[in-house]
Amino acid sequence: MQPAAAETGPGWPASIFDPAGPYAGSITTLSWLLLAMAAGVFLVVLVALWLALFGKERLQKRLGGTRTIWIGGIVFPVIVLSGLLVYGLSLTRNLAQPVPANAMRVRITGEMWWWRVAYLDAQGQTVNTDANELHIPTGQPVVLELESSDVIHSFWVPQLSGKLDMIPGRRNILPIQADRPGTYGGQCAEYCGGPHALMGFVVIAHEPAEFRRIIAARRAPKQQAASRGSELFRSTGCAACHRIAGTNANAVAGPDLTHIGGRSSIGAGILPNNRGTLIGWIGDSQSIKPGNRMPAYKMLPAQDLAAIADYLEAQQ
Amino acid sequence: MPQADLARGRQAIERVGCAACHRIPGIAWPKGALGPSLQGFADQGLIAGRLPNRPDVLTAFVRNAPATLPGTTMPAMPLTREEARDVAAYLYATGSR
Repeated sequence: MQPAAAETGPGWPASIFDPAGPYAGSITTLSWLLLAMAAGVFLVVLVALWLALFGKERLQKRLGGTRTIWIGGIVFPVIVLSGLLVYGLSLTRNLAQPVPANAMRVRITGEMWWWRVAYLDAQGQTVNTDANELHIPTGQPVVLELESSDVIHSFWVPQLSGKLDMIPGRRNILPIQADRPGTYGGQCAEYCGGPHALMGFVVIAHEPAEFRRIIAARRAPKQQAASRGSELFRSTGCAACHRIAGTNANAVAGPDLTHIGGRSSIGAGILPNNRGTLIGWIGDSQSIKPGNRMPAYKMLPAQDLAAIADYLEAQQ
Repeated sequence: MPQADLARGRQAIERVGCAACHRIPGIAWPKGALGPSLQGFADQGLIAGRLPNRPDVLTAFVRNAPATLPGTTMPAMPLTREEARDVAAYLYATGSR
């Protein structure tokens, strides 16, 4: 009685058979159609093979004739595959259609081994930064500008769209859409070295009114009172890599922690976000995600870990 | 432990991410190393080196460690009483494997 390996990230395991929007929907329909047709053709071949081996002599002769080869081997595949091509292209036409100009835009940059998230305004300027998690409104397309700052990654949230590579020096455009609120897991789908398998992503879809409320709350100016945690964040070196908006921690090497307290996951979509996992990550992320670029901080005593966790949990 | 459910205990361990800090038998990933390994827990003498290793103490400790042992690094975890009991049962069961 040994269940499958632990899948602890929110939205995991992400189902590839349960599309939540039109982009993933057309892909799923096409996949099922291909599977059904392949199964049908396989069945026909098996029956023909059985008849050829064990059928009556008259049938064997007919199966081995030139006419059968022409019909079964050339005419039938040409008709079926041409039909499938036309149907498949029309079914997935929505994937290639130009996205509405007024759609919400977000730039997502692949990093080894996490995701930089920048919410953009109509002019393409960054209005809010985050990491490893994306909030979207339901029922409308959201346009993702996919980039990479190091190697090739691939952005894949199976329930919202197909996968698309993030290529250094290029900007690839991927529309996603969720038609129902929920938490949708994603995963880097192009091997990018080291802990590639632990490069997860979370998309959280909200009803439009709730989404507007969340974004407004994020953009409201925040009061940052000095605390032992904020002092430790500076003195132990966290601020050398991480940014918390509204403080003097402005580094961009690592994930933006401005909203870390409100995130559903840590470590790039791989662990639930609670006090215990946060302390475990700060103290020794290398044992959780070996090779990631954050060093272990095993020298921090319990009260320092708790103070930093307090401070981070307050960053909503 | 009567009424405890090992499968539910394992689910709770995965849901809250105990393995972010502890190596736990039967959990393939992660194998956190900030806290002690929990292999063979049934045979362990003390909890966190200080408390008697009894089911009731362990149940209280996995749910709210600081209240049970002030000053410990392990924080309170988002577990219900029933889940805490199931987690404790899982840890004891894996000890004898």
